[in-house]
Amino acid sequence: MARPATISTPDATDTAAAPETEPNRPTKPLGPVLKAASGPAAWADERIGIAALGRASLRKVFPDHWSFLLGEVALYSFIICLLSGIFLTLWFKPSMAEIEYEGSYQLLRGLPMSEAFASTLTLSFDIRGGLLMRQMHHWAAMLFVAAMFAHMLRVFFTGAFRKPREINWLLGVGLIAIGMVEGFAGYSLPDDLLSGTGLRFVDGLIRSIPLVGTWLEFFVFGQEFPGDIIIPRLYIAHVLLIPGIILGLVSAHLALVVFHKHTQFPGPGRTEKNVVGYPLFPVYAAKAGGFFFIIFGMITLMGALMQINPVWKYGPYNPSQVTAGSQPDWYMGWVEGAVRIMPDWEWHIGSTTWSWNIFLPGVMLMGLLFTVMGLYPFIEQWVTGNKSEHHLLERPRNNPTRTAFGMAAISCYGMFWLAGGNDIIATQFHVSLNAVTVVLRVAVFLVPFLVWHITKRICISLQRSDIEKLLHGAETGVIDRSPQGGYAERHVPVSDAEAFTLTEHLKYEPAQLEAGEDENGVEGDAATTKEKLRVKASAFYFRDQPAKLTSEEIAEAKEHILHGHDHGDEDHAELDGANGSNGTNGHREITAGEPEDEKATASSH
Amino acid sequence: MSEHDTHEKSRNVIDDRHPVADPGLEPHQPRLTDIDEHAANRAERQVVLAFALVPVLAIIFVVCYFAVPKTWEVNFGPLHANALHVILGTTLGGAILLIGIGAIHWARTLMGDHEISEERHPAQSSDEARAEALEIVEKVIDESAVSRRKLIIRSLLGGVGIVAVPAVVLLADLGEWPTAARRAETIERTIWAPELKPGTNEVAKYRYIVNDITFKRIKASDLRIGQLVNAEPENLQELHGTEFNQEKAKAALVVVRMDPNSIRVPDSRKDWQVGGILAYSKICTHVGCPISLWEQQTHHLLCPCHQSTFDLGDSGVVVFGPAARSLPQLPIAVDDEGYLYATSDFTVPVGPSFFERDSTKDFRKGDN
Repeated sequence: MARPATISTPDATDTAAAPETEPNRPTKPLGPVLKAASGPAAWADERIGIAALGRASLRKVFPDHWSFLLGEVALYSFIICLLSGIFLTLWFKPSMAEIEYEGSYQLLRGLPMSEAFASTLTLSFDIRGGLLMRQMHHWAAMLFVAAMFAHMLRVFFTGAFRKPREINWLLGVGLIAIGMVEGFAGYSLPDDLLSGTGLRFVDGLIRSIPLVGTWLEFFVFGQEFPGDIIIPRLYIAHVLLIPGIILGLVSAHLALVVFHKHTQFPGPGRTEKNVVGYPLFPVYAAKAGGFFFIIFGMITLMGALMQINPVWKYGPYNPSQVTAGSQPDWYMGWVEGAVRIMPDWEWHIGSTTWSWNIFLPGVMLMGLLFTVMGLYPFIEQWVTGNKSEHHLLERPRNNPTRTAFGMAAISCYGMFWLAGGNDIIATQFHVSLNAVTVVLRVAVFLVPFLVWHITKRICISLQRSDIEKLLHGAETGVIDRSPQGGYAERHVPVSDAEAFTLTEHLKYEPAQLEAGEDENGVEGDAATTKEKLRVKASAFYFRDQPAKLTSEEIAEAKEHILHGHDHGDEDHAELDGANGSNGTNGHREITAGEPEDEKATASSH
Repeated sequence: MSEHDTHEKSRNVIDDRHPVADPGLEPHQPRLTDIDEHAANRAERQVVLAFALVPVLAIIFVVCYFAVPKTWEVNFGPLHANALHVILGTTLGGAILLIGIGAIHWARTLMGDHEISEERHPAQSSDEARAEALEIVEKVIDESAVSRRKLIIRSLLGGVGIVAVPAVVLLADLGEWPTAARRAETIERTIWAPELKPGTNEVAKYRYIVNDITFKRIKASDLRIGQLVNAEPENLQELHGTEFNQEKAKAALVVVRMDPNSIRVPDSRKDWQVGGILAYSKICTHVGCPISLWEQQTHHLLCPCHQSTFDLGDSGVVVFGPAARSLPQLPIAVDDEGYLYATSDFTVPVGPSFFERDSTKDFRKGDN
């Protein structure tokens, strides 16, 4: 039996595998690993052509940056959710049938409760490692959603969602939305007091939907709340339907990353046309694989040492009880907050009730968030008119309006989230609960407005500091004393690599009315109004954007830093003149803002 | 893919985008382990140590799984937990973590760390590919005869569209239909409603108010001024399982005794109370949390979920928060022995609103 196999193996290597490897590695004897693997490899290649796949992907380049790991964290915590979740399904009973608890947790023995809650107690107290898996599952789920949000913010603030990656952005938005639903379904399953309260909240939320709310409520719960079927339904959604959809979306998300190749930050040797980094094998695989085990290990340790969702302390669900300080998992906190600070708007028309006090914050606000997230790439593209491919990431400072918008959105989310703990704030800081609520009602509008302006100014200042560095050089820490007795710090031009990195961002120009109309000049008023709106939006978007330095300015500045120490002020004047000739709006801003900087540098000469 | 051919096209090109010439990839900086054999050997030993500790921890895990009794506790600093749980978690977590630490240390110190560059290609297909694809699509359309026989495709689309209707209709049995009749028996009614004599409107039996834990009837004289008691209807005990939960979710009650001189009782509700003893639904009119925080001095009842605050001294009107409607009040009376009972069901549906709810009958501040 062994004979034919050993005979056929070298045969196969000669015919199939050898021609593949030959051109790259001319007549080199194979090492022990390759020799051992050549048999199976040839077998597989003859059937599924893995050599070509390997040639194309084994050395695929992935750029390195800490922020690129956030998406990996999300992926890995999802895998850990799958692994720990499979363990939990082996004991959990998704049933609302009432039984008397007879397990080993003394304090609840003899109490009537649902099978779901009883089996959760069994998992926590009677199955060795069950509590560990339960807590790992919950921590991993929290981390999954948190990492998705962090990853989304990284992609947003660096402009990684721009063409050609808009579809992948939409897949990501879908993943976050559905990930939150998955998390909610999961924490409703144990049927403890807290999760039952959460379900009752959802019942109220569904009821509030105008026209169809009552029908949806009865269709979701099968009958009047709580009914006996919501947990089995949530269970099958939680373990099969939603994870299946998430897996599909994740696969598409990753496939597009492979197809587009990863984005990279600006830097020497890094352009729109290439991707610089480490090859998939061995370095990247070892790092990413190792990182999976680090996340896995950390979540295991968290599951071992940090208590989460101790359902036995809350007890079984009782529709007439609730604990003070009841709160959902963190990612639902902002919706909870919105529901808390919403004024009591309700319409009573005829014999109908329209509960805007629940529907707007509970249902519409979430819809609004995901709509804005989904539309943003397309809105930005329309405003900037930029339709080319982008593979170089933008530093957040180089797109102040986007960064300001993102920070304003974060601060708004943050205010809602704080409102989700308004009772905790009131009790911990000994302030009036009503005052906290009223202040937050204003803060959700005011704080984003302030944050917008502050962020925008910070971004523009940071851009100016980059320009300053290029024009006046980097500080050396070396102090020169002049014959007159003055002191000045010596500046040196920044390295070519840094100068390249600092100037590689896009040069933005607000849209002009004439420019866009050449082709469609014949069109009527409608097109023009749309175009006028776009020009206005574009002017708003790029307002105060400092102009990019030209190569002449940079060369002159370098010359000036190296040789122009004696007659500093004159040179500055010249330089600014040169800047001015470049003449866009933004640029006048810098020169106007310059005098302060000017004094500082002038006094140092 | 070419590892060494780096972006020659863009390098040294000065344009609007690149006012500074691309200096190209920075030269590789050797690590300590690249130039010092001892450092490399040390790194190797560290990696091997990390990997070698994994089986050790795995063995401890297995031994403890069988050897440590489930009852042992660990109390160390802030950690109070089951000992077996902590041992299993820390050994397993440590083992998994060490695999990761070893792999990353190996990658960072001993694997080649030369950055390489790969060309990108635009996402779009080449012009020829587009043209050819277009031709193929045209051929497909032509061969399918769709363009000449339009009726086929139209009837197909119509047919497929109609198939969606049975699919949706299949879901109609997802739950009961909340028709007006059904609503009147479920969400618009509670088990406080007195039992009627069959076929008449005469009351056969009123529902007594009982303590929600002991299920003992509540005597008016046992309540002190300022006291609040959580209560249920006596007949709740007859129910079990789902029905019990459904009815408890609506029938939960707070009974409160206040000084009659410190509260405002509207004329329409003079007979709803017994000498300052009033009963209200415990279910918040906002999203249905059981309200539980009682402020004795102000007569305010606060919902711990979203902080809606109701004034029990003024027929349960909303004084703060997102709730829009007053807390429904239950008309109560006292029997000859001094026990409290409900004289009727709530006059409006309890709990969160729903679209078909007639909210014109709710008590508003200032009503009399």
